[in-house]
Amino acid sequence: MEFKEPQAIYLQIAEFVCEKILLENWKTDEKIPSVRELAVELEVNPNTAMRAYEFLQNREIIYNKRGIGFFVSQDAKGKVSVFRKQQFLESELPVFLKNMNILNISIQEIETYYTEFIKSNKPK
Amino acid sequence: MIEINDLAFSYKKKKPLFSKLNLQLSEGRIHGLLGKNGAGKTTLLKLISGLLFPDGGEIKTLGYKPANRKPSMLQDIYFLFEEFTLPDFSIQKFKEIYSVFYPNFNENQFNEYLSEFEIHDNEKLNSLSYGQKKKVLIAFGLACNTKLLIMDEPTNGLDIPSKSQFRKIMAGAIDESKCVIISTHQVRDLDNLIDSITILDQQDVIISQPIEKITEKLCFKAISQNDTNDKIYYSENGLRGHWAVVENDKNEDSKLDIEMLFHATFANKKRMQDLFNNIKNS
Repeated sequence: MEFKEPQAIYLQIAEFVCEKILLENWKTDEKIPSVRELAVELEVNPNTAMRAYEFLQNREIIYNKRGIGFFVSQDAKGKVSVFRKQQFLESELPVFLKNMNILNISIQEIETYYTEFIKSNKPK
Repeated sequence: MIEINDLAFSYKKKKPLFSKLNLQLSEGRIHGLLGKNGAGKTTLLKLISGLLFPDGGEIKTLGYKPANRKPSMLQDIYFLFEEFTLPDFSIQKFKEIYSVFYPNFNENQFNEYLSEFEIHDNEKLNSLSYGQKKKVLIAFGLACNTKLLIMDEPTNGLDIPSKSQFRKIMAGAIDESKCVIISTHQVRDLDNLIDSITILDQQDVIISQPIEKITEKLCFKAISQNDTNDKIYYSENGLRGHWAVVENDKNEDSKLDIEMLFHATFANKKRMQDLFNNIKNS
């Protein structure tokens, strides 16, 4: 049996922030919680929260206004998608493919499910 | 913030507890001090704060020799003990009497912490349970705003909601100028709070590294059952599958598991020391 290992905490925090951005809880050019506020909310070390913000800043998902705080970048949603896609391809897809292989599921079978899924989940 | 060089200490002449212990702890971090029972964690904390005197070597705490117990050093140290007896005062009176020793004591902060812990300050200390007393001392210690905050098993005796409140309060209280040392066996309580780990064993510090340095060198992950190679430091079977601590040669990001690190350390003391000594040199 093999489970997916938990991610480094700073990456989990980064994902939490990405989620907020994708769901538009935090909007473009809006100020997001300070490092300390986020650390308190998530009960993590502020240094770890800072590392998550730096990680997102490097990917231009958020930006820093010196002395004021962090803000959601223009097109943050697009950048989150790029980052999420990369993550999916690197860590989730291999597990998925491995299981397909073990369970002898053909790509055609998956395609059928996928087409059905797309049909029933049409974007509004 | 704290520098220890070649520290020697023993309670009994024939049984030295520390012989040549070296350790540096920096500010801006929450250091987790780990070790088996009797490894000398509490003794080390007492030496750092001037409650015990070294037999040899040198300790520097906040720039002072702690054995001199200079008031200017003591006003910047708060030590939360695991076992304590409190005077028969109300919380109010306790605050009035003891806060004068700490020039940075902040009364508003103290009241805020107390209310977060749901404790009323008109209560008598001795009418409180162990866990409640501890919460009063945690609130008081944090409100002292000392540069050095030492906590010996702070989460022992705290109920489930209090542990979460404790983590929130700690996350909000640390800043670049403060050094927090937490000695604990309850690593799961403080997993995401501690960001630097020191493991003590038999007169020696085996590891003392920030978490990001540890995960740079070691990877905590599931491996396949029949994987055996010399990169594995420790592995165990559990509900989560076959878990291991392995050398991080592929530069993977993983979540540090303190318990696993602890086991790995005791399974390969020498290797572990060498692995992290290289960091210092590089």
